[in-house]
Amino acid sequence: MSVLVNKDSKVIVQGFTGSEGSFHAGQMIEYGTNVVGGVTPGKGGQTHLDRPVFNTVNEAVEQTGTDVSVIFVPPPFAADAIMEAVDAGIKVIVTITEGIPTQDMVKVKEYLTGHSSRLIGPNCPGIITADEAKVGIMPGFIFRKGSVGIVSRSGTLTYEAVDQVTKAGLGQTTAIGIGGDPIIGTSTLDAVKMFMNDPETEGIIMIGEIGGNMEADAAEWIRDYGSKPVVGFIAGQTAPKGRRMGHAGAIIGGKADTAAAKMAIMRECGIHVVESPAHIGETMARALKKD
Amino acid sequence: MNIHEYQGKQMLKSFGVTIQEGIVAETPERAVEAAKELTKNTGTGMWVIKAQIHAGGRGKGGGVKLAKSLDEVKELAKKMIGMTLVTHQTGPEGKEVHKILIAQDVYYPGESEISEFYMSVLLNRQTGRNVVMYSTEGGMDIETVAEKTPHLIFREEVDPRVGLLPFQARRIAFNLGLSGKAFKEMTRFVTALYMAYEKTDSSLFEINPVLKTSDDRILAVDCKVNLDDNALFRHKDYIELRDLAEEDPAEVEASKNDLNFIKLDGNVGCMVNGAGLAMATMDIIKLSGGDPANFLDVGGTANAETVEAGFRIILQEPNVKAILVNIFGGIVRCDRVAQGVVDAYHKVGDIPVPVIVRLQGTNAEEGKKLIDDSGLKVYSAITLQEAADKVKDLVG
Repeated sequence: MSVLVNKDSKVIVQGFTGSEGSFHAGQMIEYGTNVVGGVTPGKGGQTHLDRPVFNTVNEAVEQTGTDVSVIFVPPPFAADAIMEAVDAGIKVIVTITEGIPTQDMVKVKEYLTGHSSRLIGPNCPGIITADEAKVGIMPGFIFRKGSVGIVSRSGTLTYEAVDQVTKAGLGQTTAIGIGGDPIIGTSTLDAVKMFMNDPETEGIIMIGEIGGNMEADAAEWIRDYGSKPVVGFIAGQTAPKGRRMGHAGAIIGGKADTAAAKMAIMRECGIHVVESPAHIGETMARALKKD
Repeated sequence: MNIHEYQGKQMLKSFGVTIQEGIVAETPERAVEAAKELTKNTGTGMWVIKAQIHAGGRGKGGGVKLAKSLDEVKELAKKMIGMTLVTHQTGPEGKEVHKILIAQDVYYPGESEISEFYMSVLLNRQTGRNVVMYSTEGGMDIETVAEKTPHLIFREEVDPRVGLLPFQARRIAFNLGLSGKAFKEMTRFVTALYMAYEKTDSSLFEINPVLKTSDDRILAVDCKVNLDDNALFRHKDYIELRDLAEEDPAEVEASKNDLNFIKLDGNVGCMVNGAGLAMATMDIIKLSGGDPANFLDVGGTANAETVEAGFRIILQEPNVKAILVNIFGGIVRCDRVAQGVVDAYHKVGDIPVPVIVRLQGTNAEEGKKLIDDSGLKVYSAITLQEAADKVKDLVG
């Protein structure tokens, strides 16, 4: 088991022939991901990285049976690419693209209701199920198959946590980068639920940041229904109010979405909160021994 | 991107939102001409002089004044242009006023009572939908209203498939206690306002106050507009609305180098790849007894050019006692980054403060060796904890 993607996932790349898409598709294939083709409108019929290129996602679904798509399409066209994948019935849509206008995502969010697709991101590093499938841009070599599920809003900070977990001798089931935008397809809570239901995952690491209330929502659910130890960190304890800290979604709007407020709620809900991001791995190791 | 009140009002007006009219001026002479022109256009007998800075709370800081004669317009304009305005949003150092808005007087007496409301349009992150937030308590800080009288704040969430519907506009007008002509005007006002918000790809509209005049007109008297940077590609004409004088010079320079930089007032500079890790690095600096001097995300490619630009920007701040470079090499190799740091160090010349370089990821050991063998005043680290301990040694 694992969540969202595994060795049987048939992955297509939207924006396959662009520079980002090409590079990362190559890296995914190298990791062992079953990349079955890609989509670039107008280039259908060509072959790229030894795989077929399709004009539409529908064609790709019909001819390859793909169920996972990863999107590298530039921001002005990314929302359309997501909705095309939804329309074609893709189960898991991972959107790496950074800089999609918020109002475009309002439409995407609405379009998703009533469909069974799960959107990850946008503005995220993607998903890795260790030793099985890499769908996104995370560096594969830091992962090792193990028992910890990781959900995070950021990129390199996720790698940091993954690396600490590997060095603590634990390894990962799946790591999900959910993205740093104000509107994202999969919330912290969605990811936590998936990990709680995954028999292989024994512990969960939840990395959040300032802005919004996703971590508080997840914490309250964990308090009521959680069955596995959860380690949490919130980045931005020193961030000033009202400034956008890189990610479009990382901005303190009120008292409830500061790092301090989120950490307090998480602590109250029984999560092992670390103050320092250097202690994520060792805290998970200790929590797994204790519980 | 933030824009000025006068720019925001023109934007609203172009979508049919009724506004308090005004003309912007940069000199006292131009202010007087503007006042005359405004009287010709609107018949106003008095003029409101409003400092144009990107911060709220201007009234209390002396940035909004009423002039009863043209002489007073000139006198107030003289005082206001060039003054440093301090409000609760500018910080203690304040902001210099370069432009003023000469606006018509809209608080004239008349048949019905004047009232002030609050109205904003923004994204509800929980639902992923836009929401019109409004209150009968206008003209004051909405956070105070939210704290003291939360029941006086109303919300109208908008279904993106259909937009703000007429019944929602009516509900807003009813909730604000309006009737007759003012009721109709308000439904028109809020419908146009929502349309403007969507069409301009804004992330925030805040109109405080929305005024009901004594002759039952509804006007936007102030406005704060926040445009979505990610959508500027389809609004190329908005790019020229950016006022670089309102931004920190170091932040402007950073943005020219494609660096994401925010100035803070601590003593340890930092340079990191990735926004989340950058915030986490700031947190580690604080936990180690220092104070972060900045947020700086160098993005995916930490090469010699970006690192050099980063060093130069951080070093502009005299309070910086140490610099922590924290790079997690995923796709980018640590030895390459290390070479970039060494090259950048040489190019900048003598860096007067110690530099800690923490490189983790692909070829981390090779990267560390490159730093250690460089002979520069640079400390190397591989784990985050080592970096934290080094910060503590140096400034803690």
